[in-house]
Amino acid sequence: MLLINCPYCEEERPELEFRGAGEAHIARPTNLADISDDDFEKFFFIKDNDKGVVFERWRHIHGCGRFFNAARHSVSDKFIMTYKAGVAKPKLTKAQIDAVKPPAKGTPANEPVWTIEEGKK
Amino acid sequence: MSKSASNTMTAMRVGPLDGLLFASNGISLTPAPSGTRLVIRARAEAQAEAKKLLGFALPTKPKTSIIKGDVHCLWIGPDEFLVIDVDGSGLPAKFEKAGNGKLAAIDVSHRNTAIIVSGPNAVDALNSGCPQDLSLEAFPVGAASRTILGKAEMILYRTSEAEFRVECWRSFSDYVWKYLVDAVKSV
Ligand SMILES: [Zn+2]
Repeated sequence: MLLINCPYCEEERPELEFRGAGEAHIARPTNLADISDDDFEKFFFIKDNDKGVVFERWRHIHGCGRFFNAARHSVSDKFIMTYKAGVAKPKLTKAQIDAVKPPAKGTPANEPVWTIEEGKK
Repeated sequence: MSKSASNTMTAMRVGPLDGLLFASNGISLTPAPSGTRLVIRARAEAQAEAKKLLGFALPTKPKTSIIKGDVHCLWIGPDEFLVIDVDGSGLPAKFEKAGNGKLAAIDVSHRNTAIIVSGPNAVDALNSGCPQDLSLEAFPVGAASRTILGKAEMILYRTSEAEFRVECWRSFSDYVWKYLVDAVKSV
């Protein structure tokens, strides 16, 4: 089971206690009533959805109940770090990112274990 | 209901698990006697007032509790605490007068119910539905945490090496009880 470090509980807890809550560090417009529909769409619906390092909101819903933020790799699913809500977006080092990168193509862990063509053989 | 001498009716409160009992494989399940429970929401600036009303300071360390007599105060979140008075005295009344707008105290005495899980194999039964590390190193006596049991949320509180209190919502208690009975049978 994936273990997630809750910055409020100050320890790793099983993923079943948590719920993902979308992209982090999205600034809510201060003039929400004045902005155009297009700008509202950009703010409300359009997410970066990057392949690689992402910053996400999480909630320790079946634990302390707090929202917090996490830096994570969207391909390997590994967490780089978690930090309390309100803390500025951390600057990550190359070493931190390299540590969570998925294995390069061609290494067994990154290849499907079964393909349709193989299944036909 | 019983009729008293003065010709008035007295209502008796019946708990959702009253009368149930289960024991097997060195573990026993017992519904806890009804007590009073308060959920306190207090940020740092309101914790002094909570201390005044409670008679002792709120726990500040995650997953810990503080006991004073029959009153157990559990850390649930950085500003959330569950106070259980197992004897059921006047806790809610004391907090009724609290009202500087910074502290919230909600009486959840009858929203929750509790099951005492005791016996040397209690951890095995609980771990069949709770993914937390319940070893004495990770979850010592006095440790308390909101977590899950199967598909239900619970607050787990270790009262001794071989005894836990499972606090769950009244409406979940039927599921939680049956889950634990099943778990005890298969330990
Ligand atoms: Zn937490």
